[in-house]
Amino acid sequence: MTDPVILPGEQGAYYPRDRDWHPPAFTADYKSSILRSPKHALISMGQTASELAGPTFGHVKLGALDNDLIRNYSQDGTEAIGQRLIVYGQVLDENARPVPHTLVEFWQANAGGRYRHKREGYLAPLDPNFGGCGRAITDENGYYHFRTIKPGAYPWPNRGNDWRPAHIHFSIFGHAFTQRLITQMYFEGDPMIWQCPIVGGVPNPEGIEQLTARLDRHNTTPMDALAYRFDIVLRGRRSTLFENKLEGN
Amino acid sequence: MLNRIAPLKETPSQTGGPYVHIGLVPSFSELHVFQDGDLGATMLTPETKGERIVVTTNVYDGSGLPLIDAVVEVWQADADGLHVAAMSPRSNSAPAFTGWGRQATDTSGQVRFETIKPGRVSGPDGKPMAPHLTLWIAARGINTGLHTRLYFDDERDANAGDFVLNRIMDPRRRQTLIAARDTQGGMPHYHLNIRLQGDDETVFFDI
Repeated sequence: MTDPVILPGEQGAYYPRDRDWHPPAFTADYKSSILRSPKHALISMGQTASELAGPTFGHVKLGALDNDLIRNYSQDGTEAIGQRLIVYGQVLDENARPVPHTLVEFWQANAGGRYRHKREGYLAPLDPNFGGCGRAITDENGYYHFRTIKPGAYPWPNRGNDWRPAHIHFSIFGHAFTQRLITQMYFEGDPMIWQCPIVGGVPNPEGIEQLTARLDRHNTTPMDALAYRFDIVLRGRRSTLFENKLEGN
Repeated sequence: MLNRIAPLKETPSQTGGPYVHIGLVPSFSELHVFQDGDLGATMLTPETKGERIVVTTNVYDGSGLPLIDAVVEVWQADADGLHVAAMSPRSNSAPAFTGWGRQATDTSGQVRFETIKPGRVSGPDGKPMAPHLTLWIAARGINTGLHTRLYFDDERDANAGDFVLNRIMDPRRRQTLIAARDTQGGMPHYHLNIRLQGDDETVFFDI
């Protein structure tokens, strides 16, 4: 007997995105959003096969160091400079079900708060052995993990003297194009979080807490690295009523 | 229970920031970390079935300036109107066609995809939708990635009956999704301007 083939569209659609939970497109204190926020209301549409399907990455061969930012850009075997971290977490959907085998990408500034980018103008030094990007695919239980160094806070010209809290950018695909998400992870206890205009676009303090990774003493590596846990929630699917499974799926 | 309330909330979206390239198209920032280059750089193999086309889009902000720091992703059906979607640990989504592309905008705000003309995908009303690409845009200043679609101006009849285009009440706004065809280097070429604001602001979707 073969497994049933479930085609996109045969399962329930995804929950609508709660736009009041996300930062509004226009966030006055975040100046870049002023000219980059659509003014018309988004058009609502039923989710079609085009959104219920999504790219998969089973063909992507990850390198052994893709999830090790301490070593994946080393020029001479020297490890990146900075406070060593393990960042890990579980990718779940809104129904609290793990999202296995999905691509998670991450990027960040170095320990001094400087990005490796030709347009970056901050005077903190570049670390020749730190690139600042990595990727992982979640395991069968939805877990990802990587090693890195703690990124520094950095200034930006938003309102003359704004500073970003230490953060790591995340991009997650999920299993459908409707689940596509880019977000940022912040660090528990960082006083910079609450003065950042980008963070401040998130309307609810609970949402900001959700973006804040927790120090996890149990998963530290003794004499090596602190651990932070950052779980990520993607949109969940409504159940389709099946006669043999009235409780939903 | 059917349609029970979800116990968790989606992680709030945040902007990809000015250096979204570092994470998503690292070689564009001359950052060579991954051996196989950037994901999504190539959608086709020689075995891909379908009509080869070139698609370009230019992205502009509310003052008409190009977004030179954006990433645009394409997701589309194959020539038969099917998405390469099977999710499994061993899934090889793309022996011949990935259906997915990702590019960074250049100094003119343009991205370019070499792909195939997609077939017609079944719509939720049971009728086929017009051929289309799904586009997704991330950049500094965009707090939640923007979803839109690209349709083809030589598919007039199919476009007229398309479920999604017909959701847009103002027919002038529908035009913001329809790419114009010409030729580029002997290849069929479709071009679409994406405007985040202004009189001809692109239609974006809440999906």
